[in-house]
Amino acid sequence: MLLIPCPWCGRRDEAEFRYGGEAHIARPADPAARDDAAWADYLYLRDNPKGLIAERWVHSAGCRRWFNLLRDTVSHRILAVYKIGEAPPRGEFGGDP
Amino acid sequence: MSQPFRLASGGRIERSRVLRFEFDGRHYEGHPGDTLASALLANGVRLVGRSFKLHRPRGILSAGPEEPSALVRIGDEPNCRVTRVALQDGLRAVSQHAWPSLRHDFGALADRCAGLLPAGFYYKTFMRPRALWEHVWEPALRRMAGLGRAPEGPDPSRYDHAHAHCDVLVVGGGPAGIAAAVAAGAQGARVILAETLPEFGEVADRDALAALPEVRLLSGTTVFGLYDGNYAVAVEECAAGRVRQRLWHIRAGRVVLATGAQERMLVFPGNDRPGVMLAGAVATYLARYGVAAGRRAVVFTNNDSAYRVAALLEQAQIAVAAIVDLRREPGPAARQRGHGTPFFPGHAVVATAGRHALRRVWVQRLAEDGGAVEGARIALDCDLLAVSGGWNPNLQLFAQAQGRLVYDGRRAAFVPAEAPPGIDCVGAAAGEFDETPPLPLWLVPAPGRAFVDLHNDVTADDIALAAREGMTAIEHTKRYTTLGMGTDQGRTGNLAGIGLLSQAAGRSLAATGITTFRPPVVPVGFGAIAGRARGRFSDPVRETPMHDWHEAAGAVFENVGQWRRPRYYPLAGETMDQAVRRECLAARDRAALFDASTLGKIEVSGRDAARFLDRLYINRWDDLAVGRCRYGVMCRDDGMVFDDGVGTRLGDNRFLVTTTTGNAAAVLDWFEEWLQTEWPELEVFCTSLTEEWANATLVGPRSREILAALAPGLALDRAAFPFMAMREAAVAGLPARLFRISFSGELSYEINVPAECGLALWEALIAAGRDYGLVPYGTEAMHVLRAEKGYFMVGQETDGTVTPLDLGLAVKTADFLGRRSLLRSDLARPGREQLVGLLPDDPGEVVAEGAALIADASASAPLAGHVTSSYFGPRIGRSFALGLVAGGRARHGETVWAAADGRLTPMRVAAPVFYDPQGRRRDG
Repeated sequence: MLLIPCPWCGRRDEAEFRYGGEAHIARPADPAARDDAAWADYLYLRDNPKGLIAERWVHSAGCRRWFNLLRDTVSHRILAVYKIGEAPPRGEFGGDP
Repeated sequence: MSQPFRLASGGRIERSRVLRFEFDGRHYEGHPGDTLASALLANGVRLVGRSFKLHRPRGILSAGPEEPSALVRIGDEPNCRVTRVALQDGLRAVSQHAWPSLRHDFGALADRCAGLLPAGFYYKTFMRPRALWEHVWEPALRRMAGLGRAPEGPDPSRYDHAHAHCDVLVVGGGPAGIAAAVAAGAQGARVILAETLPEFGEVADRDALAALPEVRLLSGTTVFGLYDGNYAVAVEECAAGRVRQRLWHIRAGRVVLATGAQERMLVFPGNDRPGVMLAGAVATYLARYGVAAGRRAVVFTNNDSAYRVAALLEQAQIAVAAIVDLRREPGPAARQRGHGTPFFPGHAVVATAGRHALRRVWVQRLAEDGGAVEGARIALDCDLLAVSGGWNPNLQLFAQAQGRLVYDGRRAAFVPAEAPPGIDCVGAAAGEFDETPPLPLWLVPAPGRAFVDLHNDVTADDIALAAREGMTAIEHTKRYTTLGMGTDQGRTGNLAGIGLLSQAAGRSLAATGITTFRPPVVPVGFGAIAGRARGRFSDPVRETPMHDWHEAAGAVFENVGQWRRPRYYPLAGETMDQAVRRECLAARDRAALFDASTLGKIEVSGRDAARFLDRLYINRWDDLAVGRCRYGVMCRDDGMVFDDGVGTRLGDNRFLVTTTTGNAAAVLDWFEEWLQTEWPELEVFCTSLTEEWANATLVGPRSREILAALAPGLALDRAAFPFMAMREAAVAGLPARLFRISFSGELSYEINVPAECGLALWEALIAAGRDYGLVPYGTEAMHVLRAEKGYFMVGQETDGTVTPLDLGLAVKTADFLGRRSLLRSDLARPGREQLVGLLPDDPGEVVAEGAALIADASASAPLAGHVTSSYFGPRIGRSFALGLVAGGRARHGETVWAAADGRLTPMRVAAPVFYDPQGRRRDG
């Protein structure tokens, strides 16, 4: 079970959280302007990398806040957490936050 | 004489006390500190069980969790390892898998036919004729399959869960583990030291450990799972008391694995006979329990460790008939063997004899290359064969935590390579053996059946067969032969299996690799995993404020999510159908009362509340007047219906929306997700009020009169309080919000009061309604009433693939979640399934919900849809259904056929409203 560092509550068991899929998928500002393929891309297509992925989590049994998290899908190491609306940290990751 | 194999002294048992126990109806004695295994051996019991597949006689092989053979039933519990059962007074154990008795087992015929039962025989033998599978082969195999008998009643024991955090978790209380715990504890770390055995070893550091207050000692505790983030799960055998086992959830900063090493078996013909035992186990029975596992032993080894066992045996005055070493040049330990002990270096045991217990072994010289045996066979009488095939570090937990193992040819074992962060192996678990290398000979090359996996009766020939048939990947071989798939997980035999496969496939053992380790390391009972979360503690139960009244009224309840809801209220002697019919007719003709408190209620407030709701629902909210209500439907962004409910504008910036009972939490989550992640600029606050308000829904043509008696200050005529309006007033003296909403199609008032007033309101309405023929009704009648009106139910008419357009709902032109998806070509195509009414030709027949619909009665008719709701409608006087039918709105009047229960029922497609289509009764 992951130990997730909630930016508001600190480290908590994964069981307190709900997974929200890949992060940084913004809903298009003008959906009507998208063709079917572009819309389907937004709705359904997600990265499934072997390695680093930015994903969303919500501390549903805690502060109920959403946040972003950078995780290695191979080792399950969590490299960073950051707030919604912030860009993923780049470059040197200082290990587990 | 009692306990003829108990030594005169030695062992950590309490000799002054005697425990009496039974095995297969015979009475024996043992002592506190014994396991069932040591007590059986002390009494000279050799034959303990029958093997899984071939019903061969089996005894005790080991002294620990690796035991593959000696499994018994104790009370109701099957497959207890005798090596792991602490002896208790009055314990009654019964052998398994033998009929009529352990000594005379009919199933042993399987052993005579073993040639017909090679690896994978069930894949090959029972293929044809195909018709026989269902009625002959499968039932017969099911009777023969399985080990032990599952208990029938509930587990009478009690189990606990505990959670703990520590800086360092040390797994294993041997010398290495204790040293690690002392070192960590001395630095002030919070340490948990878990040891499988009921007590810690006699080592010098024990006192040092006791002096460290931050070191918690958990004896009798087996760590069986190690997950991400150093999350360990362990099961503790509790001392006699109310709790049998405790499951520990331990989150550790670091984990030190001092799990020791596991001795391996050697693979040679007849290696499964009772009396063949791991050498280390022989030593354990001597030293720990003061038990001689035999009177005359032969030691058979490929490494130095067994020489210590031979020395221990001789110290205990037990004759060592011979030491047989596969190596021509044994290590230095061989020089310390007893003077005069017959010694056979470069030899192998090639056969054993003894029907129910070992009598004799034969020894032969091994050819220089190990590929054959040669020379004369030497017979050695003995009743114990102590075998050592080398040692494997116990790395199950290490591998579970994604630690990488590599095969070390010199030590002939998989050893830890890259450790995951925060995990270390120490001692034997790290591969630190001090002996000279063993000789990795995976099979003694002599004729006869040699077992690799004693639990599942996998022989060396089975591995060779699997390799010949192409199962050369170790994971394939495992599944094909069942190697290592027993409850012992193949601890003593897996490596030999991998070695044999490597030879057969002509590649190195390192290239073959090892099967994946998965939790649990040892079998763990469901009782321990469930803990206290059983029965009514398995899930929270939610009850409305009126629950006690429903119970007293004799309601039959149903579970809706975690809620307990009255389904119907039968009078004496009434069936469910009769009760539902009576309740429906009361609602249609007089008055009826429904507990709708479970409906989800969310207050949405703030400057942007209307804008926010407009983005979520397919309908508008910004133009709703204060004090008015509107029905609303939400989609996911893929255009599929998610939930529905009624929204009421309480103020300019304040709405109350209801949700379906089952989706209340999901809708709140949905609101918060969009607010936090996509539209943080909106100022909106969402508050769940589901449990703050009780809802008594008063329904029926007489409801206005009943309410008038209880709310004299409230104008109730149609103009003053119209359909889809909300009023605040006192009802029966209680502060209430009244909503003129109807899910039944009748004049209806949903009366909300603070939860603590719910029961008082309900009782006042029941009393006031008595003269009007008011009855309570449950969810079943609610379903019939709404279906007669063609109101769809989220989760019944919808299943995540149904759009508002499919249901015949209008959507607004402004954007909302799901709108763009509704324009996708696939969702706009003709021929999508649409909501329709369905009338069976036989007005008395209620078709099964879920029945498939086909366009005509021919066998080749294409699927046209399915039935979603189906009832008998008491007021319309006939059966009816709702369903989803391809292009259904254009097919009114056509006949489709419902296929259910093995026959076809013709049904006419109709508009989905069967009652009061103009809504006059609803508008009151």
